[in-house]
Order: sequence, then C-alpha cells, then structure tokens
Amino acid sequence: MAFLTCRNVRIAGLSAGVPANVVSNLSIGELSKDYDAAAFVEMTGVKERRIGNFTVSDLCVPAAERLISDLKWDKTEIDAVFFVSQHGDYIVPATSCIIQDKLGLSSNCYAMDISLGCSGFVYGLSVAGSLISNCGIRKALLMCGDAKRRVAVDDPLFGYAGTITALEYKEGVEDIRFHFGTDGSGYDAIIIPDGGARNQITLDSFKEEIIEGRLYNRLQSRMKGMDVFAFGISTAPKSVKCLAEHFGFDYQEADYFVFHQANMKMNNMIVKKLKLNEKKIPSCMYNFGNTSSASIPLTIVTQLRGKIEDCPTKFICCGFGVGLSWGTVAFETDNIVISELVECK
Amino acid sequence: MEIKDFIEKFVEAVEIEDAATCTVETKFRDLEEWNSLAALSVIAMADEEYDVTLKGDDIRNAVTIEDLYNTVKSKQ
Repeated sequence: MAFLTCRNVRIAGLSAGVPANVVSNLSIGELSKDYDAAAFVEMTGVKERRIGNFTVSDLCVPAAERLISDLKWDKTEIDAVFFVSQHGDYIVPATSCIIQDKLGLSSNCYAMDISLGCSGFVYGLSVAGSLISNCGIRKALLMCGDAKRRVAVDDPLFGYAGTITALEYKEGVEDIRFHFGTDGSGYDAIIIPDGGARNQITLDSFKEEIIEGRLYNRLQSRMKGMDVFAFGISTAPKSVKCLAEHFGFDYQEADYFVFHQANMKMNNMIVKKLKLNEKKIPSCMYNFGNTSSASIPLTIVTQLRGKIEDCPTKFICCGFGVGLSWGTVAFETDNIVISELVECK
Repeated sequence: MEIKDFIEKFVEAVEIEDAATCTVETKFRDLEEWNSLAALSVIAMADEEYDVTLKGDDIRNAVTIEDLYNTVKSKQ
C-alpha cells in the first residue's frame, strides 16, 4: 500500500501565475448541439477561465521569481526543480531543464519532469518531499500546471495556470503524510491517442471523428466524461478515509480540504460523501476552471491568501484524474508565504 | 431495491418535471431533460443511493429505465 511519510519538510511558500486574459463561459459560442451555456456554468461551477498564448513554463517562471523574492531566498540555494505537467514546452527535452536556465538557477541544480495531471501536485510533493527528507536537497521548487492543452476547441471546463510550491528542509516540523493509488485499466479515460511512441503521427492522426457530440482528431485530448466522473466520486472520498485510517487521525480535524477542482458537481458529491463542513472547502473553479495539477495550489493561493499565514493550519488535499491516478496528502503550514497572484500579459 | 423507488430517484436526479412520463419502459434518451449532464446525475444517484459505480458503458448500453435499474441491481 502506498502510504508515505516525509519528515522534516516544510512548505515555505506558494505562488501562482495565470494569464491576465479572462474568458467567460456565458459569452462563448455554441460548442456542440446540446451545449447550453447557463446550464453548463450551473452544473460545472466554471464561469470564467484564464487563457492566452502561454505555456505552463511561461506562467511558472514569473510566479517563481515572485515567490523567491517574497521568501527572500537566494537562487543559488535552490537545489532542485520539479515540473509536473502533461503539456510541457516540448515533447523532448524536459521543461524543468529549460526552467533551470530561465530562472538562472545553479547548474548544480537537480531538475526533472513528472508526467501526471490532476493527481500531479500530490505526487510532486511526495517526490520533492522525499528527496528533501532523505537525500540532502535543502530547498526545492515544485511547479505544477496546465496550459495550451492539445484540444479541439477551447474547452469551457479548463483554464491555464502555473503554480509554485517552495519546500525546504527544517527539523521538527509536522510530518507530511500521503496515500496514493493507480488504476491503469482506465488509461484511456483521458487520452491523446496519437503522437506518442505507441501510435506515431500519420496523416490519419488529423482525421476528425465525433465523440459525444464534439469533433476531435487523434492528437487531441478526449475524455470519457461519465467514467471519469464515476471514478472521482468513488475514489477521492475513499482515499481521504484511507489516509486518515492508516495514520490514525480524524480527517474532520483538518482546517481546510482542498480537492482537485474537477467540476462542481463532482466536487460537491465528494464533499457530501465525506460529510465535510462546507466552510472548510475553498474552491477556485468558478473563476479559473479546472487547471489540472495546478488546481490545489491555485485554490490555496487565490482563496486563502491573507487568512492562513499567521497560524498553524492543517490541510488535507486530494488530487484524482488522468492515469487513472490519485493521491491524498495531509500537511500543516505555519508562517507560510503566499505571493499575490501573478497575472501574465 | 424496488423499481418504483428507482424511478422516483431517477426522476429526482434528472429533474423531470412531469414524473408521470417516466415508467419502466421509458426510453430515457427520448426525455426532453436527457443530456450528458443528466447522465452524470444518474451516475451520482446510483453511487449515493445504491453504492453502485455505473460506468459510461452501463449508461450507453441501457435503453429503458428498467435497463438502468437492472444494471444497478446486478452491481449491488
């Protein structure tokens, strides 16, 4: 069973970068024959999104600059950078290498990409946390985000964001505790079929087909919406309960529960099944949509900045989605630095 | 579980205005209220009321409300 503990790891700060450009789902055209803008907004809880001509790294770099400055960190002290996304700048090389250079980090820096989506923040935290806890890394930046997705049309559910989580070695802080899971039998629930090694690009990759009322070619991401929905509402609550049971604590004692911002219908079901107090459930999907691996840190930055810095705050965060993959983490912040949202023009 | 209760819960989940239009034989795709979001509501209802995880194929392979009922029952 994938239960992990990271000791002596402190979450020092959080920041997020988004495009300044706001798009409203009430004012976009008809996407398919059964698309009703008002009904879509009511059901998904996504009214606005940030989009623009930015890659995830374009959003992460200025957000990282801001956070490093707010933390008063010296760039030469940053030992590692982790980039979690499924839309890197290039298929090859790793985006984390490009970011090391753009940020002016030391060439002694450890850099790696992690290819995960909605569960990516929790996974990334475990990778960075483990290297800090056990292996000698002292300060690290975890970058999670999604932008310029390979999609057919501007999907009204998804927004762009790049987030930074600054982590450091500090003895005596609360343990960070994790539960993870994977179900690869659902690998095609969210998939870009062509363009990888399995199905390389051919002319047929550009042929369009209709799936659930929308046109897609085989280089664009498609989702089995019903399967993903069923997966999310059953798996996320189980993972939270599993974590609490394994480590022997009452999950209701957390100050905040931050779930991956999938869509409101799914998240409301998860909250209801766990019988959580709605005051403990910050959400940013109304203004930012589903931002994949960025959604958990983006929710904290946009909804809790100015509210949690001064006192120790217990979080439970759960990410779930493409893979299928999921992870839940319990951590406590104390004197965390949260930068003002960075809006990129 | 009884089919009468199931139909009631279906009507509530899909927010059907005229409950009398729903019977065992109703082809749910023909309902005015049916769309992709209604399908999610049925999946949520099956999960919440019957602790059954319906997949996309379960919905796609069903034609009538009775088919849905039988699928949920077989998964309990």
